[in-house]
This record gives sequence, structure tokens and C-alpha cells, in this order.
Amino acid sequence: MELYLIIILVLMILGSIYSLNASDLLSAVISYGIVGFGLVIAFLLLQAPDLAIVQVVVEVATLIIMIATIKNTQSKIPKMEFKPKIAVYYAITLIAALIFLIVFDRATGCLSEFGADTMRMAQPYIDGVEHTKSANLVTGVVFDFRAYDTLGEATVLFTAVIGVLTILRIKGKKDN
Amino acid sequence: MIIYILCFILFLVGLYGVVSKRNLIKIIIGIAIMEYSINLFLIMIGYIEGGTAPIITKGFEHAKFVDPLPQAMILTSIVIGLATTALLLAVAIRLYQKYGTFDINKIKDLKG
Repeated sequence: MELYLIIILVLMILGSIYSLNASDLLSAVISYGIVGFGLVIAFLLLQAPDLAIVQVVVEVATLIIMIATIKNTQSKIPKMEFKPKIAVYYAITLIAALIFLIVFDRATGCLSEFGADTMRMAQPYIDGVEHTKSANLVTGVVFDFRAYDTLGEATVLFTAVIGVLTILRIKGKKDN
Repeated sequence: MIIYILCFILFLVGLYGVVSKRNLIKIIIGIAIMEYSINLFLIMIGYIEGGTAPIITKGFEHAKFVDPLPQAMILTSIVIGLATTALLLAVAIRLYQKYGTFDINKIKDLKG
């Protein structure tokens, strides 16, 4: 179980590295799909089927929008010429990444082990199924206990759609 | 613990893309990768060994479930992530129409 997750995660990391270093935008977007669909499999392994369904839909939509964006563009990326200055940047980046990793390792030290049986927060929600009568506990939380959060989510979604429509509007101001 | 570390390495790869790449599409891909890794990390915290999906079916009324609370929160987060990515891509489309390139250095030079 944990081994499968490690394999999926390594695949996702390789896909993301290739995606960021690809010389062609279309192959970058396609290999970005590896990360998203790997995440779907990881959600299924972690017993979260609702999230897997939502993630499939979101990933396909994101890929379609990205390919529509780069469809009619000149998608070759010129290679960066190597200067000695760039080596210094790489060294600084590596050191910073190492420091981040050490800090993260210390910070997660207070978490319980992966897969440990700790229901710190969720036990009231699981017991509350008698009140909500929802067979799916996740939707019980989303639409019943935390319905105001879902309202806020809908507000963010609405605002983003209005923003996209405003940015992509063909007709601008009449003057100039 | 190695699984948390791998998840954080995925986050760092996304950060590398945001900081060092000059192409707008790659910066957006980096932001999306960071967001995915955070989602995965929070779901991993809620996982319980041997637990089943938090759906009550006949015969499984009192089975051991995984934590439903992070799943509900991440469900919200995924949808918001789609909305923000779509907004970023809309800005990228507009910039390409105006300047004819995705390279942020060239866009900076062409300005004003």
C-alpha cells in the first residue's frame, strides 16, 4: 500500500520535472497530465473516491484549457545558453531546497506516522451521521456541517468565472 | 515518513518551476503542481491504515473509516484550484495576444 504510493509519487515527480524542462509547450502540458492523473490514482489508493472523481474532471478540464491556450502559438522554447553565473544560481537553489527539506522533516516530526489511527477532529462528524442521515460522510460534511464554506467556494468560483469572462471579452472600451 | 518527504519534493519541483522558468505556461504548470502536492499531503494526513472509504453501506455501518474531514476540505480546494488556473490561463491568453510571446523577459522589454 505505502509502496504503491511511493511508486506513484516518484512517477509524479519525474513527470513534473520533465514537464518543466521540456523544450516544447505541448509535451510540457501533456506530461503535466501525468501529475494530475497520478494524483487520481493516489486518491483512490488513499480511500478517497469522491476526490478521485472530482480530480479526473478537473484535470481533463485543465488540460483542455491549457491546450486551447497554446494551440495557435509558437511553442518552441529557445534553449538557455549556459553562463557561469547560472551555476551559482543552481548551487543557491540546491542549498535552499536542502534547507527547506530539513525544516520540513523537523516540522513533520510532531505528526503521527503515516496511517496511524488518530481521529482527532473527525469523530463528531462521524457520529453526526445520525443527524444528517447522509450515507456519504464527505458530502455530509461539505453540504451540512460546513455548508457556509461551500457557499464561500461557490462565491470564489463565480468570481473567477466573472474574471475570465471580463479578461477574455472581445469588445473593450470604445475610446482609443 | 519518506512518503511525506516525497510529497514535499514534489512541492519543491513546482517552486523551482515558478521561480526559474521564463515561460508563462510553465509558471502556471509550476503553480498547479504545488497545489496538487499540498492536496495530496493533507489527504495523506487523514489516511488510516486499514480504513475504508467514508461511505456507509449495508453491513459496514461501524467499519473503520478514514478521516472524512480533510477529504471534504480538499474537495473545496480542488475546485478553487481549477478556477484560479483558468483565470491565470486567461491572463496568459491576453498577454500573448498583445505581445506575441509567452516569454516574460521579452514582455518586460516590450512594455512602454
